[in-house]
Amino acid sequence: MKLPVFLEPYVALVKGVNPKDNATLIFRQLGLPVVGLLVFMMVWSGAAKNIETSLGNFPGPVEVYNQFTNLVDEHQAEKEKAQAFFERQQARNEARMAQDPDFVSTIRPYTGAPTFFDQIKTSLFTVFTAFVIGSLIAIPIGILIGMSDGLYRAVNPIIQLFKPVSPLAWLPLVTLVVSALYISESPMFQTAFIVSAITVLLSSIWSTIINTAVGVATVSKDLLNVSKVLNLNAWTHVTKILIPSAIPMIFTGLRISLGIAWMVLIAAEMLSQSPGLGKFIWDQFQNGSSESMSRIMVAVLVIGLIGFFLDRLMLLLQKTVSWDKSAVLR
Amino acid sequence: MDAYLELTDVEIAFPTPTVPFVAIQNINLKIKQGEFISLIGHSGCGKSTVLNIVAGLYQATKGGVILEGKEVDQPGPERAVVFQNHSLLPWLTAYQNVELAVKQVMKKASKAEVKDWIEHNLKLVHMDHAMHKRPDELSGGMKQRVGIARALSMQPKVLLMDEPFGALDALTRAHLQDSLMEIQNELNNTVIMITHDVDEAVLLSDRIVMMTNGPGATIGEIAEINLPRPRNRVVLTEDAAYNHYRQQVLSFLYEKQAKVEL
Repeated sequence: MKLPVFLEPYVALVKGVNPKDNATLIFRQLGLPVVGLLVFMMVWSGAAKNIETSLGNFPGPVEVYNQFTNLVDEHQAEKEKAQAFFERQQARNEARMAQDPDFVSTIRPYTGAPTFFDQIKTSLFTVFTAFVIGSLIAIPIGILIGMSDGLYRAVNPIIQLFKPVSPLAWLPLVTLVVSALYISESPMFQTAFIVSAITVLLSSIWSTIINTAVGVATVSKDLLNVSKVLNLNAWTHVTKILIPSAIPMIFTGLRISLGIAWMVLIAAEMLSQSPGLGKFIWDQFQNGSSESMSRIMVAVLVIGLIGFFLDRLMLLLQKTVSWDKSAVLR
Repeated sequence: MDAYLELTDVEIAFPTPTVPFVAIQNINLKIKQGEFISLIGHSGCGKSTVLNIVAGLYQATKGGVILEGKEVDQPGPERAVVFQNHSLLPWLTAYQNVELAVKQVMKKASKAEVKDWIEHNLKLVHMDHAMHKRPDELSGGMKQRVGIARALSMQPKVLLMDEPFGALDALTRAHLQDSLMEIQNELNNTVIMITHDVDEAVLLSDRIVMMTNGPGATIGEIAEINLPRPRNRVVLTEDAAYNHYRQQVLSFLYEKQAKVEL
């Protein structure tokens, strides 16, 4: 079995090969990030003690960790309650069926308050929906305007105009438009979900469009000549020449877009009161208990962590899709 | 003389804000089927422009090109190009690069026929051992061999080569020139090749077309190379006729059309 590269120095250290070099390597790989984290914790905890607010001291690392375990416990308690609720219904339905064979049983959904982890799930689902739909729109547009200099010149001012617009500016408009247009008897999605998804989409697609366009526009002239000499049709030209050439730029755009999407989503959820992490933070803020600040801090860290993992996920995807396995991606 | 490929009064002018820049003018050339033509001239004289017009990548602003009685007005696989820097798609293997071209010209062929044809062409350039390697795993000479295989696989009426060996070291270049002569002996293609290398031009060509300096470059002289084939580079160094042709081209380039260095 072949070990991953990052484990090699540890194995070597255990075997006693080049102990000095390998120890230095391990310190650089693992030691330095840990040192950085420890220093941060100390500064945080020191600063927190000195910040008095109306809700008490600013939470330090310990309080935040305690609130995190509380949130986990609450989540489990809520899950058990839901489980019990469904079991009760099941039992009751069976009892009625036994009495009256014609009885048609229904299972009512559980309507308890969503926990922190439910909110995370909702947020992730919203951001993925917005990001996937956004990318499906942005990449083809980017390819089209990258292929034609004229089209690029025509569309570029519009993109530059909308790119810096804050999601909060879009939100009221999107809310009004969605409430006016999205009317159905049994809506498949909540209006709030659609509003935040569209807001996220509108704020995040621009960098994918621009980066894809630039990637396509800078495809080597030689390869374009090859395509002309071979008389490739439009589809083959795009799939065999343009997209592989532009893949690194497309992914740069996608990663920026996903980062923006995640940032925008939290703001959109806060303002539109749609379920998700943003609403969790807003609720805690309104709640104003002694735990609120620690809980918000938990959310802040979780948001950061998820943002980081989303970016790593895109990087992983880029590495799988990219033809150039030797390229250093970071 | 039967002209298979004919350039008549070809002129190209590129627009500039003031007066159009005339790169080449009055290019008249008749090429027989199976003839190997070299275009030689100083850098920037418009050799590549001529080639690009024949390829259909540029449109002549005056005059035109006729191939087998049909006017050339767009690029196409019957005028395959071997580019100077190989221009292989880096994300495809040697095989897939040739396949892309073959699929364009053999649309009705069965899968087995296509596969045979790709392999045949890679064998022709001695690249069958590295068919499934990507360009970044191949040396410069090998990449250029694949580039030639890709062009040959389209069975072009005219093979256009834009300084095909310019970026290679002298030994690799000699190998590829020998390979090219071997292939040419077998297939007898009509070839237009741009080169900077006088030895290469004399060794490979039936005729050498020498171009004057630009702007407004045109054909200065044409040398018929009447050396028997197959030609051997070592034997030829002692051949009086060979040395005479070399002298003729060198004198054109360095005496009649000496490039004024600024």
